[in-house]
Amino acid sequence: MNRIFAYIVQRAGMIDDTAAELAQAARKIDASQTPIAVVTGSGTALDMACDSLRSFFGEVWKISHEALAYPNAELVRQALVRLLPEKSIVLISHDHFGIDLAPGLSIKLDCPFLSDLVSIDQVSENSIKFVRQEFGGQVSAHYVCDLTSGAVINVRPGAFRAAPDSALSGIIVDKSDGLGSLAAKRRYVETIVAETGDVDITKHAVLVSVGRGIQEKDNVTIAEDLAEALGAAVSCSRPVVDAKWMGKSRQVGSSGKTVKPKVYLACGISGAFQHLAGIKGKPFLIAINKNAKAPIFQVADIGIVDDLLEFLPELTSKVRELRGAVAK
Amino acid sequence: MEILVCVRRVPDTSENEIELDSQGKDIARDELVYSINEPDNYAVEEALQIRDRVGGTVTVATVGGEDDEEVLRRELAMGANRAVLLSDESFAESDGRGIATILKNFVQKEKFDLILTGVQADDGAAQVGGMLAAMLDLPFASLVNSIEVCGQKLKVSREIEGGNKEVNEIDLPCVLSIQTGINEPRYVGMRGIRQVASVPIATLGASELATNSNSVGRNAAKVVRIDYFIPAQGKGAEILRGSREENADKVAELIAARGGLR
Amino acid sequence: MVDTISAISTATSSLPLRELILSVNIAGLLAFSYVITRRLQPLLRAQSDPRFDRPLRRLQTVGKYWFGQWRHPRYKFAGLLHVTIFAGFLLLAARSFSLLIQPVFPQFEMPVLSGRIYGLLTDYAATVVFVCMTIAIVRRVVFKPARYQAPAEFGKWRSVDAVILLAAIAVLMLADSLVAATTLGRDHGTLQPLAAYSLPWFFRQLLQTHTANALAPINFGGSVLHAATFYFLLCYRPFGIQFHVETSLFSIYFSKLDRGTVKPVRWDIPENNLDQVKSFGVKTFQDFTWKHILDFYSCADCGRCADQCPAYAAGRPLAPRLLTIKARDYAFRHYPVFSKFDNGHALVGTIYTEDEVWSCTTCGACEEECPLLVEYIDKIVDLRRGLIDDANVPQSLQKPLKALESRGNPYGKLEKKRADWTLAAEFKQACPVKILNGRTQAETLYFVDSTTSYDERMQAIGRASARILQAIGEDFGILGASEKDSGHEVRRFGEETLFLALRDHNTEAIRGAGVKKIVTSDPHALNALKHDYNDLPPIEHITQVVARAVREQEMRFRPLANGEQVFAYHDPCYLGRHNQVYEDPRAVLDAIPGLKRVEMTRSRDRSFCCGGGGLMLFYEPQEEQRIGVLRVRMAAEAGANTIVTACPFCLTNLEDAIKTAGLEGKMTAIDFAELVDQQMVQKRPHKDSETKYETAGTGD
Repeated sequence: MNRIFAYIVQRAGMIDDTAAELAQAARKIDASQTPIAVVTGSGTALDMACDSLRSFFGEVWKISHEALAYPNAELVRQALVRLLPEKSIVLISHDHFGIDLAPGLSIKLDCPFLSDLVSIDQVSENSIKFVRQEFGGQVSAHYVCDLTSGAVINVRPGAFRAAPDSALSGIIVDKSDGLGSLAAKRRYVETIVAETGDVDITKHAVLVSVGRGIQEKDNVTIAEDLAEALGAAVSCSRPVVDAKWMGKSRQVGSSGKTVKPKVYLACGISGAFQHLAGIKGKPFLIAINKNAKAPIFQVADIGIVDDLLEFLPELTSKVRELRGAVAK
Repeated sequence: MEILVCVRRVPDTSENEIELDSQGKDIARDELVYSINEPDNYAVEEALQIRDRVGGTVTVATVGGEDDEEVLRRELAMGANRAVLLSDESFAESDGRGIATILKNFVQKEKFDLILTGVQADDGAAQVGGMLAAMLDLPFASLVNSIEVCGQKLKVSREIEGGNKEVNEIDLPCVLSIQTGINEPRYVGMRGIRQVASVPIATLGASELATNSNSVGRNAAKVVRIDYFIPAQGKGAEILRGSREENADKVAELIAARGGLR
Repeated sequence: MVDTISAISTATSSLPLRELILSVNIAGLLAFSYVITRRLQPLLRAQSDPRFDRPLRRLQTVGKYWFGQWRHPRYKFAGLLHVTIFAGFLLLAARSFSLLIQPVFPQFEMPVLSGRIYGLLTDYAATVVFVCMTIAIVRRVVFKPARYQAPAEFGKWRSVDAVILLAAIAVLMLADSLVAATTLGRDHGTLQPLAAYSLPWFFRQLLQTHTANALAPINFGGSVLHAATFYFLLCYRPFGIQFHVETSLFSIYFSKLDRGTVKPVRWDIPENNLDQVKSFGVKTFQDFTWKHILDFYSCADCGRCADQCPAYAAGRPLAPRLLTIKARDYAFRHYPVFSKFDNGHALVGTIYTEDEVWSCTTCGACEEECPLLVEYIDKIVDLRRGLIDDANVPQSLQKPLKALESRGNPYGKLEKKRADWTLAAEFKQACPVKILNGRTQAETLYFVDSTTSYDERMQAIGRASARILQAIGEDFGILGASEKDSGHEVRRFGEETLFLALRDHNTEAIRGAGVKKIVTSDPHALNALKHDYNDLPPIEHITQVVARAVREQEMRFRPLANGEQVFAYHDPCYLGRHNQVYEDPRAVLDAIPGLKRVEMTRSRDRSFCCGGGGLMLFYEPQEEQRIGVLRVRMAAEAGANTIVTACPFCLTNLEDAIKTAGLEGKMTAIDFAELVDQQMVQKRPHKDSETKYETAGTGD
């Protein structure tokens, strides 16, 4: 089995949960290797990130270059092509950055590209049988790929849970010298932060959605707290918009927006046809409703018969606890 | 500006229910209705708007067969200048890289300033645009949600986490993959399609494109789908019966397991 | 008269009355002809519109709506005022003509409409009209009814215009009365007799002291003033809202006779040649038909249409009358009487906005109200056709239109699942529904349409209707997967090509099923199959079927269990107004023992739309309130706690509105079929004893 690397994105020295997840995925592919993390950047931010990564990876390759201060996929790709050994297996998180980097990387490394891997069925000496989801999660598919020339693998965030007892103390290897100069025909300019009014619910993978059960405008903050803890957005059903508790841009439904999230929390939503019509694909649907007979329970995966005004704050604190545990 | 938009005909999830067929290995295809992949449609609209602002032409191309012509025709009805079908027996069952190779060969016969693809198809891997760019050695940006033309460069913003936008400057010629919501695509109705019914669609095959069977088609595919399946899951919601605290715990874990902590 | 004239001739050696009046007549008529000719030009350049058929029926329409002022009393005070003024005008017409002709041809006398009795009547008429003018002016200037108000950009001119015209008519009456007061009688040297306490009579009293010689100039002056005012009005009216005085006869004669229909894309081009038409719909002014332009001229800006319009009430950017007035102003501006024509401008984006055009629910309240029978729905549909032709469609409508094209329903659901509503476990046992697929046949087709087929809440209406049909012994079936959306809203939203495809598909399926009649519980489907489709078996709504069963004692009801319920029946626009089924549903409700029913103020042909059906459910309007919320409040005001309606879209909108209005728990909505299904007890024909068909509790 070829050497496995995990490319980790750091921003201002911070890494996210996917680092531990990729380490876990690497182990699933080849338990005999200690996975190597590769991280780019410059200055103290990079140092900070390397330090955090040591807990998950036996070896951390530090690639420092001024031009890499902001993770520009075009430049990162050049760096990786120069520094990674031939036929490497590179794991990247399937997110906005991974989508930008990985396909082109696979061409330059001349190896296959596996996109949005959800689970691994089987790994043999030269090949891997894995699972992807297609059609918005309505079906899964088994794929097989030959690994002899290496591979670039985008891993779905959350598909692998970090093993809690795998704390390591890895070494940091500075690979910056072999880099040379970097130049690309795409240059980072700036990041424009979304105003809270600008939330586009169709772009969120996780939605905390509220219906009439929220009862009044002031209670919307309960949902917002949960959304914040999850890194999600708050959406709603039509009656909430009609009552002017939330803006029209948050409405999910046949006369609102169509969303394709991965996780959908339907809180105090009865499950009316017009609302469900706005949810495409098959997200993991968690329904919270006081009424055990609410139609939403027919279509949800998990149901909680409870008052959302009581349940959501409890859930928020549990999520925060969980986050705290993972970040360690 | 000469713009190429690579499009694809897919079964739209909003108009189909994807189920397994009676054999249980593939999806049931008899009753699927097909249309243009939604992000590709946004890409074509964006190309048309750029063309109407700065001049030039818009070409739409797809890799496929006769059935895929309907999608090309729809985009002609929308306003594209030219449509090209890249079709050959040897192209069948190409993987993403194979498709990108075919497109690359087409691009190399012509001169395009800007190449657009949709960011992803429902049964796709968000890969063709990035691969095509790397094969052509052109700069690439994915998840583009706004484009501004500034002479020989573009100012594009990419959609990143939390609804934020990452603004980049990119040199022409380049490849961009377009995210939905970048614009409001114009309507195309049955009448519009009828009006372009007799516009010719050029078809190019393996010989015109100089592809070889090592790089396209079944034999060249490195990532191969074995089957479709539905993972086991229960009917209706599983109602959690614990205490509020226990339920909250369980839910938090389940969300995390699905990649819900972002 | 002769004496007066000779008295004038001797008294004034200036221009003789005869020549002066003759000149005024000639000049006035020439001017009027010129103005009318110019005003006719846009009509001659517009699209064709076949309105010359069925002359007898058209004359009947004139009799009822023009002569009979049938629509006017719907607004009592203004209506009374107008009817009076109109009657006065008709009466005075002959007198006016006399006053114009007699100075020139002194022997002239109007046949029948002259002589003493006529004189007395017209004396009073002139008085009444004068008083009405005063009231009208005061009403406009002091009381300013809300209906007449217009947004700032139309502003003051409108009121000024109105007041000038009202005042001019008043002056005309004064002039007329002056002449009457100073005219000598036929046979004697004395003044002609006048009606006591009429305006001429009052003038006579004032002029008591004057001699015949002194009266002569006043008579002369009155005649001239009369002629001048008459021709002033005649030539001024075509420049404003009073043009309706001339055009109303024509706008009513040529009005639309076929309720519920929508005009074809082009009257002069048959359907199968539509591919040759380069541009669909109305984009520029001349794309309207001549009748539509006549409508623009005929609008009296009374505001009754906007007053009834649900979109306007909800704060959407649409007011029917402004649609007309803006077009009329456009016509006056771009086809001016005194300068060059200038045409070809896009209307949407200049005088109209897109939202304005999409806001209309096609409920028809405006058309029902207009005293001049001005048409609106066809114009809106034509404007929408133009927008669609230019690919200018709101994103929220594109998805359902696309789904209708691929799947035959706006939800994008699978065709094969269209009949799944019949498969609900208990229902399937109790009421198996036949699918008419060629092998299976039936007498009657139950046309379900998309909402009742796919929307889980509305499927209950389907099941209830099926049980009703079964209970009355109807041999019925449904088309199942081969049924597509009726296309009713598709057409009214301007997608004619898609509509024709749906229509042709359904027509073939229905004819292939070989049924003798069709029943539906969806008024939009009813209207489509009845008016938009051709050559189908007769079609009825379930309310009509049940009403007949009740009349013929094929159906009886058990008493209502809940004594607290107070029902208000909401007339769906496409069952009520467009198809005039008002009494059948009410008769059925009243046949349910113990059912308390109240009427909302706005009911029957004045029913207030629920917000719209079909594609309107997908459109995101700009509005201040939901239309449905306004309606639900009307029900509450009438004292009802249960709204019963006979349309799935009304039910959807009203159920949503109840929640939004915060009336959940205080008000419910139920469909007619659900209620009937719940309460019905069938007496099986030819049996001695009653057979009770228990329904499963409350149905679904």
